[in-house]
Parts: sequence; structure tokens; C-alpha cells
Amino acid sequence: MSIFHFISDFFSQSAHWHGYDGIPQRLWEHIQYSMLAMAVATGVALPVGLVTGHTGRGGNALALLATAGRALPSFGLLVLLFVIIGLGLLPVMIPLVVLAIPPILVTTNEAVRSVDPAPVDAARGMGMRPLRILAQVELPVALPLILSGLRSAAIQIVSTATIAAYVSFGGLGRYIVDGLYQRDYEQVVGGATLVAGLALATLGAFWLAGRLAVSPGVRHR
Amino acid sequence: MIRFESVTKRYPDGTVAVDGLSLEIPDRSITVLVGPSGCGKTTSLRMVNRMIEPSGGRILLDGEDVQQQPVHTLRRSMGYVIQHAGLFPHRTVADNIATVPRLLGWDRRRARSRALELMERVGLDTALARRYPYQLSGGQQQRVGVARALAADPPVLLMDEPFSAVDPIVRKGLQEELLRIQQELGKTIVFVTHDIDEAIRLGDMIAVLRTGGRLAQYAPPDRLLSAPADAFVEDFLGADRGIRRLSFFTSGGLELSSAPVVGEDDAPPDLPTAPYLLVVDGDRRPLGWADPKRRAAGDRTLIPYGRSFPAERGSLREALDSAVLSPTGWAVAVDGDGRAVGVVSQEAVAAAIRAAHAGQGGAPEDAEPAGVR
Ligand SMILES: Nc1ncnc2c1ncn2[C@@H]1O[C@H](COP(=O)(O)OP(=O)(O)OP(=O)(O)O)[C@@H](O)[C@H]1O
Ligand SMILES: [Mg+2]
Repeated sequence: MSIFHFISDFFSQSAHWHGYDGIPQRLWEHIQYSMLAMAVATGVALPVGLVTGHTGRGGNALALLATAGRALPSFGLLVLLFVIIGLGLLPVMIPLVVLAIPPILVTTNEAVRSVDPAPVDAARGMGMRPLRILAQVELPVALPLILSGLRSAAIQIVSTATIAAYVSFGGLGRYIVDGLYQRDYEQVVGGATLVAGLALATLGAFWLAGRLAVSPGVRHR
Repeated sequence: MIRFESVTKRYPDGTVAVDGLSLEIPDRSITVLVGPSGCGKTTSLRMVNRMIEPSGGRILLDGEDVQQQPVHTLRRSMGYVIQHAGLFPHRTVADNIATVPRLLGWDRRRARSRALELMERVGLDTALARRYPYQLSGGQQQRVGVARALAADPPVLLMDEPFSAVDPIVRKGLQEELLRIQQELGKTIVFVTHDIDEAIRLGDMIAVLRTGGRLAQYAPPDRLLSAPADAFVEDFLGADRGIRRLSFFTSGGLELSSAPVVGEDDAPPDLPTAPYLLVVDGDRRPLGWADPKRRAAGDRTLIPYGRSFPAERGSLREALDSAVLSPTGWAVAVDGDGRAVGVVSQEAVAAAIRAAHAGQGGAPEDAEPAGVR
């Protein structure tokens, strides 16, 4: 059987579209985990990246931290936290957040640091206060790069959120984990396809956000 | 008035950028800080709006120490223009110009109409209001920079090499525009440049700084050219300061002779004193020189006249230039509409120069200002 058969069979079974184990439900769970992790990671990393980028200090410490964060295996972390904390959403969320923070932090810092100093100098000379300069000059100019950092974080979260299924949570990982366990490869391939589709949708959402939020003067069109 | 009182700036690494600078910058005039690269011009300028804090001495603005004033209020009360303009790339031209009015709490509509008004003032087509900076030429960007600095009508304008990144022709246009705006608005302008020609063109007063941030000379341009304080200033002024100084003497006093000016179809007059005739068209616009004897013999070839000079609004520099450029050694004077008024010989221009120097009695600051510098 080819992979395309797996996919078409998986999506054509009406049982897969209903109930607590149906695709809509699993998709929604997956989106919820991802959004939560993304919100927490952004809430932590974005302000820190903005401020360190603005002041130009702490860049080295950030790079170190980010490398360390990237070196942590998400699955290992999950198992470790599960052993320590026990069952719950927290052991799932922590690896996802740890995974997402480095790309957001490093890119935001770099994006703000590399903003052309001339407009920033002009803004200072016109009597803008530092917070306003950050919000009204540096952020809008650095936005395309910042969005790219957020985008790679989001993609990583979406593909890694499958690990929730290992500790008996839902999400699209359920199909993959259960499928592997039951040797039901149709389910595995179907789950993986859904994850890939969600990742593509995430890309699309960021493309749209870029179109809407980035000034044409920065996009140069 | 802005007053520097023995201002010193020593950077943390020990570099002394400005050393005991004392300077009185008069109101409603352009004061230029000029000097070689690294002599402390930018540092001096940025201490006025406290972008840099002095390490010694003080700067007074209308008698008040700028250190005592709230820094953001101080900066909003001064226009600030930098090299490459430093426009906000994410904001339209109109929004860039409206920045300080918006900071001061003006409502959107008022700030916008002010922005459009300023675009006209600095010679920008208001159709450009919705463009982004990347859609403008370097010269246009610099005009937006000037408009943005003028937006809240500050009494003081600080300009750091605002025109140095554009080509010479655009730069000349921007300089003329600045002089025109200054005539209308009468701001107190502190202008930094490393270009001595720009300093002489624009400055009412010029402060020449030497490396190490010490004042070498502070004088009006005419005085600077006629009496440089020392070898450094003289060297910095360049080789042709005598010629350049002629810009400050008006050509209005030259004795023009109109007898050699003849129409295309006129019979050549009998003028034994004039070696050449200036042939003009029906509108009295100059066409070229003619040799009277050959013309009498029917030869109608003309010798190109080079370049004319404005009879009334011009300077002796332009008159001399015109005479030197002319193959016949005679300069052609024209009125505001380009019509030939008369001609004058190199010798007569030279005599006028000697007379002007003698008339100034070595006190060139009393020179009658020429209309064009
Ligand atoms: N932040 C700083 N730290 C240390 N030294 C500095 C700093 N800024 C400027 N300097 C030094 O101070 C001196 C004066 O610098 P400044 O920028 O005022 O010169 P400038 O006259 O404006 O030169 P230019 O024509 O090249 O712009 C230079 O020797 C420069 O290297
Ligand atoms: Mg400088």
C-alpha cells in the first residue's frame, strides 16, 4: 500500500471525523496546546529580546542561553518532567516553551540591534522617550525579522506538540502514538499529514500577519 | 542666544573631543561649525540638545543652562537634522514631518495640515506626502528631514552635515533653499560641515575648529577670508581664498560701457577705443563678440562670449570669472532677464577689486554684502 492510500483511507473514514477521537477535536486540542505554549514563550522572550536589543547589552548571555535551550531534547525533558511533576499539562508545556524561546529571543534581539541607527538617533534628537522609540521606531522597523523568529518558533511548537500524546493528552500526536502502538500505519500517516497541514497553515497565518502588520515602507512595496 | 562657556568633552576612553570651547551664537542667524574630520563638530553640536553631556563648562540657551532643563522638552524645542536625514522608514513623508507636533499633542488633522504646509515651504511637491522614504531621492529625503525639524516651529535648528550625502548640484539647491527659508523664518541655526565652501556660502558666522576640539577662529566669512587667524585656518581655507573673498563685493559699482553693444543688423559704430563689439539679438540677449574691422568687411562670424554676470545682484567674483572666461577679456553684464546691459574689461574689474579692498580699509566686515554669495 502506498502512502497516498494510507492518507486517502484515513481521511475518508467517517469515523475519523466525529467524537472525542475525531479529527476536528484532535486538531482543536493541538491548536490549543500550541497557542498556549506560543503565548507563554512570546510573553517571556519578546520583551527580553526587545529590551536587550534596544540597550545593546546582554547579547552574549542571550546567545549562550539560546544554545543551551536548543540543546535540550524536548522528549527527554518531557519524560524527566513527567517523572518529577507527574501527570498534567505542565510537563507538556515546559518543553514546548523551552523549545520556542531561543528562536524568538535571539531573532528579536538581533532584529532590534540591527535597526539603522540614524532614525533612532533622529527620534532621540526629537525628544522621544526610550519606550516610545522602542515601540514606534525600532519595533516597526524590526518587525519582519521579529515575525520570522516567531514563525520558526510556532512551526517548531506545532510539530513538537505531538509529544503531549505520550503522557496521555490529546492533540494530533494521539494518532501517531496510538497508530504506532497498534501498528495501524494508516493512522500514523494520517496524523503526520495533519501535523504537516497545520504547520503549513501556520506559515500562511504568519505570511498574512506580515502583510497586515509590516509597513509598506519597510517591506519596500 | 546659545552660549558655550569653556565647554569640554572628554569621552570615557580619554579622547578629548572638545576642549574649552567658548562661543556666542547670535539669534536668528546661521552659525557654521567647520573643521577637519574628528575635530569635535558633531560632539559640540550634540551637547546643545544634550544628546551628549559635557564633562566641563556649560551651554546657555537664552541665559539658562541647558543642563537644568528637562531633556525631552529641550529636544522638542530644537529642530535636529542629521546626515542621510534619518527618516522613519515605516512612516509616510507626511507622518515623518508630523512627528514632533504629534509628540507635542497636536491632533492628527492639525499635524497633517502642518506637514503639508512644510512640504511646500521646503520645496517638496505635496503629492509626495503619502510616499515612504525609500521612494524618495536623497535630496528629497533631506528636504523631508529639514521639514520634520521645522514642524513644530522651533526657534533653534541644529544641523549636522545635512547636505553632505547628496551630489554637488542637489547640494547647491538645498543650500539655496535653506538660505531662502532662513530669510523667511529667521531661525537660530547651528550648522556643522567639513566643507569650507558650504560654510562660506551659508554662514553668517563661522567657527573653525582644529583637531582636538579647540577653536581656531570665529568670524564672519568675509573676515575669515581676508584675515585668517593663523596658518591652520589659512591652510583650511584653501589656495584661492582671495578669489573667493570677491564674492562679498558687489558688482553693482562696476562702470559698464554700453557703446560696444550692437544689434545683429546694425551698422558697426565707429569706436576706435573698443577692440570688440558685443552683438545682441532683437531682445538684447548677447550672441557673441565681433571684430569691428572684419565685420565692416562683411565677415559675420562671432566669437563665443563665455558667460555673463548679473550687473546689479552679482559679485566681483562673478564679474572677474566672466572676464577671465571671455576670449576677448571683456565681461558681459546682463540684467535680471538676461538682456545685455554693458561690457567691462578685465582691467576695469581689476581696478574695481583694488578700489573695493582699499575702500574697506582692511576692515572687510563692513563690506556691503553682495546679493549673491
Ligand atoms: N562615543 C565616543 N567615544 C569615544 N570617542 C569618541 C566618541 N564619539 C566621538 N569620539 C571622538 O571624538 C572626536 C570628535 O568626534 P566628532 O564626532 O565630534 O568629530 P566631527 O568633527 O564631527 O568629525 P566628522 O567630520 O568626521 O563627523 C574624534 O576623535 C572621535 O573619534
Ligand atoms: Mg561629525
